[in-house]
Amino acid sequence: MWEALQFDFMRNALLAGVLVSISCGIIGSLVVVNRIVFISGGIAHAAFGGIGLAFFLGFSPSLGATLFAVGVSIIMGAVSFKSKHRADTIIGVLWAIGMALGIILIDLTPGYHVDLMSYLFGSILTVPGSDIWIIIVLNIGIFLTVLIFYKEFIAMSYDEEFAFIVGIPVKPLYFILLGMTALTVVMTIQVVGLILVIALLTIPPYIAEKYTKSLGGMMVLSSILGIFFTLGGLWLSYSYDLTSGATIILVAGVGFFIFQAIGLLKGRGGITR
Amino acid sequence: MSVPAIDINGVWFSYDKTPILEDVTLTLKQGDFLGIIGPNGGGKTTLLKLLLGVLKPDRGTIKILGEAPHNANHRVGYVPQNTDLNITFPISVMEVALMGRLSRSRIGRRYSRKDRSKVKESLKKAGIWNHRHSPIGRLSGGQRQRVFIARALATDPEILLLDEPTASVDPEFEMDLFDFFRELNKQVTIVAITHDVGVISRNVKSVACVNKSLIYHEEGQITAEMIDMAYQCPVDLIAHGIPHRVLPTHTEK
Repeated sequence: MWEALQFDFMRNALLAGVLVSISCGIIGSLVVVNRIVFISGGIAHAAFGGIGLAFFLGFSPSLGATLFAVGVSIIMGAVSFKSKHRADTIIGVLWAIGMALGIILIDLTPGYHVDLMSYLFGSILTVPGSDIWIIIVLNIGIFLTVLIFYKEFIAMSYDEEFAFIVGIPVKPLYFILLGMTALTVVMTIQVVGLILVIALLTIPPYIAEKYTKSLGGMMVLSSILGIFFTLGGLWLSYSYDLTSGATIILVAGVGFFIFQAIGLLKGRGGITR
Repeated sequence: MSVPAIDINGVWFSYDKTPILEDVTLTLKQGDFLGIIGPNGGGKTTLLKLLLGVLKPDRGTIKILGEAPHNANHRVGYVPQNTDLNITFPISVMEVALMGRLSRSRIGRRYSRKDRSKVKESLKKAGIWNHRHSPIGRLSGGQRQRVFIARALATDPEILLLDEPTASVDPEFEMDLFDFFRELNKQVTIVAITHDVGVISRNVKSVACVNKSLIYHEEGQITAEMIDMAYQCPVDLIAHGIPHRVLPTHTEK
């Protein structure tokens, strides 16, 4: 493993893995407690439409994914306010249309064979140095936003109605959360691919929730768990020449079942004090 | 003459096309203790949410201490009916109570020392200070009720709105709770929805019955008309050894 660190691509991969795990820990915790896991899955898949469009029109796929992810997150947020009872259906529809659109647009792009697998399952080993800088900036932005509005995010997540009553602008705050989710999803697509985004966004917070007493604690522990899963998966994939994204998720999955088993042995889902 | 605590004038409200409240009018003076009874689905909680500004009336006006509901929200404390929402949420008693100190004007700022001492005071008042570090999910229903009351008190309210405050507590604590509310009522106007007509009889100053329309009795008497409307037979009422008569003597029709 250590000799691998002399390669630029490996150092970039480690850095990207750590940074994305931190964002996933912070935003994933909010996604889990606000029960918007399905929306974040929808954002991830619909983002593929943006990747297709970017290839078709010849601009940066990351930019395309970002535009689509943010756009779709706003639409999904509006839908979940407007028609609460059918929101999940509409999210599912957008999810599928985004994906299909991306594939068709790539089909229509002349003479270009895109490596689909790298978007579906991630390509952490090919993260360029310039992207690392973007990820650092996004990480700082997300961290500061959550830090500044921490108590408002807690109130909205725990008791939305009460937050509204005391005058917290719940709707704008919800859209800010969706926007940050979209940006985190785009970053995470680099690491584990759009199909596996949900796992990195939800498994660490789900485990962490049982061992922490505050939302902040949950975010910190999720980030740490995420880093372990990502770096562990990266090391295994390097050692045994496996697909990195899938290996990372399987490591997280093993973690999920181990903690689940510990919880069952301790009774009551494993809430330690 | 001070402004009324609550002034509801000709309010109509419906969900989609289903009418919930029709032509509701009520004026409540400051310092009152109003008990609201009525059948399930009669519109009691809807009325409370209109007072809180969560819902907007189709017609009519609502004034809280002379202001529109959404402008008066820092003067009103609210205890919801359902206190076991998000029970696995990683949050301590202290943090839940601190939510009472949130306000639009101080978004993005830390809780101040004053916020914390206010919350300490209200947690002590509600008798749950010793549990301040416990995760909210670890408490019993009655204890959680106290936390939500403390959260409402932390707002420093002039009016306290309670939706079924005794729904999840045992009868003994229910007595304590209403003793506590009576004490609180010396400074704060209270509006409490309750199923328990017996509780009303012993504690409140005035009674309203809500079932689409609203009947109000200033003296705290439950009239035969209310009973008809509420369609609830107050059987346990007589058994409690009540201090004053809330049911008028029965008259032949």
